[in-house]
Amino acid sequence: MAKLHVTTTINGEPTEFLASPDQNMLDVLRDTLGLTGAKEGCGTGDCGACSITLDGRLVCSCLMLAVEAEGHSITTIEGMAQGDHLHPLQQKFLEMAALQCGICTPGVLVAAKALLEKNPDPSETEVRFWLAGNLCRCTGYDKIVRAVLETAAEMRGAA
Amino acid sequence: MTDIRYLAPQTLDEAVGAFAAAQGAARILAGGTDLLVQMRNGMAKPGTIIDIKKIAELTTIARTADGGFRVGAAVSGAVLAEHESFGTVWPGVLEAVNLIGSTQVQGRASPGGNLCHGSPAADSVPAMVAAGAVLTIQGPNGRRELPVEAFPAGPGRTKLAPGEILVSFTLPARPKGSGDAYLRMIPRTEMDIAVVGLAVNLTMANGVVTAARVGLGAVAPTVLLVEAAAKALIGSKLEDAALETAAAACRAACNPINDKRGTIEYRTKVAGVLLKRVAAIAAERAGRA
Ligand SMILES: Cc1cc2nc3c(=O)[nH]c(=O)nc-3n(C[C@H](O)[C@H](O)[C@H](O)COP(=O)(O)OP(=O)(O)OC[C@H]3O[C@@H](n4cnc5c(N)ncnc54)[C@H](O)[C@@H]3O)c2cc1C
Ligand code: FES
Ligand code: FES
Repeated sequence: MAKLHVTTTINGEPTEFLASPDQNMLDVLRDTLGLTGAKEGCGTGDCGACSITLDGRLVCSCLMLAVEAEGHSITTIEGMAQGDHLHPLQQKFLEMAALQCGICTPGVLVAAKALLEKNPDPSETEVRFWLAGNLCRCTGYDKIVRAVLETAAEMRGAA
Repeated sequence: MTDIRYLAPQTLDEAVGAFAAAQGAARILAGGTDLLVQMRNGMAKPGTIIDIKKIAELTTIARTADGGFRVGAAVSGAVLAEHESFGTVWPGVLEAVNLIGSTQVQGRASPGGNLCHGSPAADSVPAMVAAGAVLTIQGPNGRRELPVEAFPAGPGRTKLAPGEILVSFTLPARPKGSGDAYLRMIPRTEMDIAVVGLAVNLTMANGVVTAARVGLGAVAPTVLLVEAAAKALIGSKLEDAALETAAAACRAACNPINDKRGTIEYRTKVAGVLLKRVAAIAAERAGRA
């Protein structure tokens, strides 16, 4: 199958790759680019484990064609920490044990970061609705929601 | 394996040309939240994928000369929600569009894709029907317009002719005292398919309904415009008797499927209940507008 050449930006780095026209972004991230943080839980938009941002907007990478990345800017979980310095959400998830098996965690973190960038002071209901597309079979969600609220409060305090 | 192609034309003419030339082997790609799922499960095997998101007219929200709105078919729910005035003028249409899927799905899903996918349970469609949206469609033989309620042809089927692309939804200007609303009944609180979806659009003067439209989804092979329900509301002050007549009209319009998510009896009954609830919200919004 003829592959297309795609030029894009991933986590701030200019990136090029080859993709067949029907390949999704998640497969290219994981298999071509070795960015295996985004996970495939379902491949059909239901679980959110593959969450990334496209030009700052939260999307499922399993529901995006890789060729659509041409000329756009993507961020993944790999771009969240600055070197060894974890993002406050990552730090708080560790401290508050907001994860168990960790499969959902990259998607939850990417989604939660997008929320706090848009709304630094979300209510619990707003957090729950925003994260409704991120399924977790382990934690029962409560610890995730608490960790996001706690991080938001801390980041507001620091700002 | 045959070669699959991806095209992202900058103009509608190019897109229509490529779509028509492919003779049914091509699929239009808007947000991809239905199409990529279908490609994955083998229901869609397009030879050519035509991405319409680089075409300005398909991705813009504009005010029309008379004060209405023209919403490009491929505008995402998230972009529509961020528009400075759309949600104040058409809160019911916006809430219906924003009910589609999760935050992630909202980042991509479009009202055009929702309508063209042809699901009888598509959330934005009853609200567009109640709003009186008019579609602009472009194909190999030029442009045409169609009221949104005339567009669905059955589950998964539409009135688009070969090579035609849905361009935009035009919503009329709002008289003072207008309000709209949409509610769906789902077994969960998020991320589910409507068992019934119902939208009401009202204009009121001194407490009396002067104009009304009712859109009803998920209870028949296509989304319906329930004219008998609107007739019962017009001229009334939304007294119990008028609401009950309108609710009965909605129940009468139902021709639903029976499935694990809702029996025929349940869907029919809920259609009447929703009419009353949604009319109350639309009236409250009309009182403020
Ligand atoms: C997890 C998940 C949850 C969902 N929840 C809901 C929900 O709650 N309610 C709901 O109603 N839907 C829901 N959906 C379905 C879907 O998200 C919506 O139908 C959405 O609006 C489709 O829009 P899109 O832009 O992604 O369409 P696409 O997938 O790009 O297109 C859909 C179909 O329409 C055709 N098409 C698209 N645009 C045009 C055009 N302009 N002209 C001609 N043909 C066109 C495409 O070829 C395709 O066949 C959900 C989907 C997922 C994956
Ligand atoms: S893998 Fe993309 S939403 Fe589940
Ligand atoms: S921690 Fe296991 S799925 Fe969320």
